[in-house]
Amino acid sequence: MTAPARVGESPNRVGGIGRVTGAQRYLADIQLADALHAGLVTLDCARARILGVDASAALALPGVHLVLTAADLPQPVPRFGPQREDRPVLAVGETKYHGEPVALVVADTRELAEQAAALVRVEHEELPAVFTVAGALAADAPLVQDPSLRPDDPLARTNVLREHRAEWGDLEAAVAAAPVVVEQRYTFPMVTHFAIEPHAFMAAPDGDGLAVWSTIQHPNWLQRLIAGLVGMPLSKVRVYAPDPGGAFGGKQHAKYEPALVFAALRLGRPVRLVLTLEETFQAVRRAACESRVRTGFDRDGRILFQDIEADYLIGAYTDIADRVVGKGSYPAAGPYNVPAVRIVARSVLSHTVPSTAFRGFGNPQVNWAVESTLDEGARLLGIDRLDIRLRNLARRGDRFIPFDTPCDGDWAESVRLAAGRIGWGTPLLPGRGRGIAVGIKSGPTTGLSYSIVRLLVDGSVVVYAGTSDMGQGARTVLAQVAAHELGAPLDWVTVVMGDTAMVPYDQQTSASRSTVLMGNAVLNACRHVQRQLAALAAGLHGVDEAEITVDAGLVRLPDGIELTPLEILKPGLGRLGGELTGLGEARKDAEPGHPLGGAPAFFEFNCTVIEAEVDEDTGDVTIDRHITVSDVGKALNPLQVRMQDEGAAIMGLGHTLMEHYLFDEQGRIRNLGAIDYRIPTSMDLPRELHSEAVENADGPGPYGAKGMSEGALLCVAPAVAGAIREATGVTIRDLPLSPERVWRALRDARSEGPAGGVER
Amino acid sequence: MPTMTMPISLAVNGIPRVARVAAHHTLLEVLRDDLALTGTKECCLVGECGACTVMVDGRVVDSCLVLAVEADGADVVTVEGLAGRDGRLSALQGAFLDKGAVQCGFCIPGQLMAAHALLAQHPHPTQAEIEEGLAGNLCRCGCYEQIFDAVRAASDAAPETLETPAARAARTAGGARAGARTSDEGLDQ
Repeated sequence: MTAPARVGESPNRVGGIGRVTGAQRYLADIQLADALHAGLVTLDCARARILGVDASAALALPGVHLVLTAADLPQPVPRFGPQREDRPVLAVGETKYHGEPVALVVADTRELAEQAAALVRVEHEELPAVFTVAGALAADAPLVQDPSLRPDDPLARTNVLREHRAEWGDLEAAVAAAPVVVEQRYTFPMVTHFAIEPHAFMAAPDGDGLAVWSTIQHPNWLQRLIAGLVGMPLSKVRVYAPDPGGAFGGKQHAKYEPALVFAALRLGRPVRLVLTLEETFQAVRRAACESRVRTGFDRDGRILFQDIEADYLIGAYTDIADRVVGKGSYPAAGPYNVPAVRIVARSVLSHTVPSTAFRGFGNPQVNWAVESTLDEGARLLGIDRLDIRLRNLARRGDRFIPFDTPCDGDWAESVRLAAGRIGWGTPLLPGRGRGIAVGIKSGPTTGLSYSIVRLLVDGSVVVYAGTSDMGQGARTVLAQVAAHELGAPLDWVTVVMGDTAMVPYDQQTSASRSTVLMGNAVLNACRHVQRQLAALAAGLHGVDEAEITVDAGLVRLPDGIELTPLEILKPGLGRLGGELTGLGEARKDAEPGHPLGGAPAFFEFNCTVIEAEVDEDTGDVTIDRHITVSDVGKALNPLQVRMQDEGAAIMGLGHTLMEHYLFDEQGRIRNLGAIDYRIPTSMDLPRELHSEAVENADGPGPYGAKGMSEGALLCVAPAVAGAIREATGVTIRDLPLSPERVWRALRDARSEGPAGGVER
Repeated sequence: MPTMTMPISLAVNGIPRVARVAAHHTLLEVLRDDLALTGTKECCLVGECGACTVMVDGRVVDSCLVLAVEADGADVVTVEGLAGRDGRLSALQGAFLDKGAVQCGFCIPGQLMAAHALLAQHPHPTQAEIEEGLAGNLCRCGCYEQIFDAVRAASDAAPETLETPAARAARTAGGARAGARTSDEGLDQ
């Protein structure tokens, strides 16, 4: 045994060896004997009426077993979804977006399934469709969802799925009184998760039950969904969720698992489907957003009101998108004390890929607009952009959003740290500019995680946790917590995840919750084990159990003697052996009166400062320095915290500088796949990327930790745009800030001259 | 549907292998599906993401763009070939672990192979050479900084620890192909 592991250290990643040797089994690496392969049948347009499906040519191919269409499913065709059950297992009547499967072909090989899918003739008639906010809101717009799917909904005859309002203070009075008002519009494009592991699924009959494999983040949610769809008890549906190869929110909820389950049950054999990257682009994306922000200031730069309207372009089915809109827009007024606020955010349906959760969960879209507007206000007022933020920032305990979680950090400390690192206010090299932005995101509003921890007789530990380790490092952090509490070396701890037949319930892996919620569940399970250790020690040493303390892996007797768990376990458990088993729970109940169903467990706060230069001949933006500071409470594993922070920052550079879906007039995505949709590579990084964590041990997680995996993405776009503005005098309000867009903006500014708003 | 197949023999990580492959199948498909070497990953299939990076005759390639028949007679190294037969990690693998250059891990086999090839060519690469050498390998988790750190750390290690078993075999036995044989036994393609 090596020395016990401690929290606050950065040991090598648990599961890392398999990841550097190729031994790690991702879903697509798991081969089941006798498995058949599925392929998707899709149309080359967005919305079309399905007039008929002729599968005869496909079925005539030797080795093709099944062409499953909506007609082969239980009627009415089951619909599902985490928020509204509106997505059919396969398209019913009409396709709603480019890439929606009309049928599932099952064959002996993947290649044969693809060939057969191409032979399925779908007679169809293309229908008018909407792909933009303006198109969807037009008076004569075709409805994306049939009103029958929206009973008792006054908006059912529109493409507005829901309007979310958050209001406090007297907005009208504030507008009337504000000496300075800035109003602007901003757009944020559709972008996609682009996890390097495309989504993959398998389903197989399993004795008198069913086994489902998925790259999903929420295996327990999937288990409930499938059990409900096929009418089996939960105990007969076993979901295997191998560690996803990146997820970023895109793998939270089911996509094609239900179709695969029906195919596997029909054929009595395992069926697998590994999506191509192109198919994954057609399965998950972030909502685009058009925002109008009106901000009022007093002469000292104090924000008097925020009046925000945001139209999020969600897709054809709800998935979790409307929750993204509601929760993401709720803190849109930012981490500031603002006396009067009106936020109106709408979920706008369209004939596009259903948008879903994506790192940042609806906040980056509005933060881009609100922080950029703040910059414009500062410029008008002649106030420094750092100062105006510090002047308005909420302080610890401030109820900056009424009835919500109060400010839970020393946020100004993060801002000052970030500004200091870049030398805010110091002279710039010619052609360069700086930008600054802050952002918050609400953590989980409800949650429930269970964990079982077994302390084995030799002092080694097995932790059962239903969290998905999709790269964020949950497996390592949870192992560190158990090792720390039970005095074991890290490599004596095994963390079992991703199997609903083995691992107790966990609500989900989302909202940067796992260190806090599952971390507390593991901690509580360890405490349960510690109580049993204390009882054993009391018996062995003839002392009162209440006088024994167990902490950080040491058992302390009343006389001051310290023993390791091992010194208690062997004699205490005796000849028959055995083990100590702890059960832990972490629960955050719903608050029915709260607009979000609950106040967040914590806020993720980030400040990002950018120094950039612009090549005025090409429009190319180079990020010279990118400083990100996140308030993390306590870094249980500082290296992993830094990597999550940097990863979020780099992902933010993607939507800021290069990423967006392009559509043609038929709603087809023109840049499907890795050639035409670019994400940051090793050549696109800031010259200097610097991540720091503020640690005040003020979070609700173990040892004061907060969740922190999304914050650094919130501020990238406004900070980069602010730097471009300072470098060139040009303000751009549409993303991405691609060379073409920047070059055009510079050209337009030059042709308009100084009257066009250019200040050099 | 009739498919033209042909036998190929190649050395994979120093071990002679044979397969009967469809003429249009890629090296990636044969490695993963026929030879059960699933360490090499599939993502974009158009040679942009680098998840399927392997070495063929000492050159770094995207195995999704190489037809398996083109690899007939070749010496192929995959991520499974980086560690010693005794399971000891190579200096590069160890550096990836120690520097934290792994998050979800899905791109890592490709990153390792690209880095391995880079170090074979430039034992002490500059930062620009590292960035360019890894430019074809996407990491959506964004742990590029840690990957750079790992490559730098490995470049400080002795060159022989970077050698793969296959390269060693080629150096000492005059080429891994010497032991290769062609057989259709046990093939189902």
